[in-house]
Amino acid sequence: MVALTLAPMSVQATPSMVEAEIKKLIGDTKPADGLIKLTLPAIAENASVVPMRVKVKSPMTPDDYVKAVHLFADGNPLPGVASYRFGPQNGRAEFSLRIRLAKTQKIVALAEMSDGRAFISRREIKVTLGGCGG
Amino acid sequence: MANIKPRVRVRKKLKQGELFEVKTIVEHDMETGQRPDKKTGKKIPREIINKVRVTYNGELVLDADWHPAVSANPFTSFFVTAKESGTMDFTWTDDNGADYKKSVKINVP
Repeated sequence: MVALTLAPMSVQATPSMVEAEIKKLIGDTKPADGLIKLTLPAIAENASVVPMRVKVKSPMTPDDYVKAVHLFADGNPLPGVASYRFGPQNGRAEFSLRIRLAKTQKIVALAEMSDGRAFISRREIKVTLGGCGG
Repeated sequence: MANIKPRVRVRKKLKQGELFEVKTIVEHDMETGQRPDKKTGKKIPREIINKVRVTYNGELVLDADWHPAVSANPFTSFFVTAKESGTMDFTWTDDNGADYKKSVKINVP
């Protein structure tokens, strides 16, 4: 990736940091596209409170369920956003939350399935005024 | 942080096997650790809720980790399948070690 051009004091996540986090979770497994529906606005009206919803298509049976969904932001001070772990008792792998974003960036969702498969989805969101304070 | 009052919403009556959404919100600043103090210029130390655990009649139905990118007054929702009447117990864990708890009745007549 391109070298950071920010002030020396700033710490900043990058897409490669997100990739490193994903590798920590799933090793050399290659995440496939599909199954994840990421709902978030195209432009953040208020970057401190950005509503988002994640839905992963799965039967959620004891043999075939979504184990976890991890969310990352590649332009925030830190790459991690949240991790949600599920089981068949959930019945549906869907959740919502509100996040804050420092600038225009990509939100990445990684789903880990009970059988070891992994799925990934990326969505860009435009931010006109950052929501991380300072 | 004092005076943490989590709120939880689930439908009052559920049918056996019904999928239902659980909505929760906690009033909390979720201090990111990135913001400078206006007087000293030093960063205000991070203090967020970093973990949420929910059990339904003792069985874990949600185990979530939160990072500073989660907004202040964190809201979240998720789904559970109704099995039988009982309680759903929620625990939010603060960076400072405190646990904030809430229990709601699940009614499956």
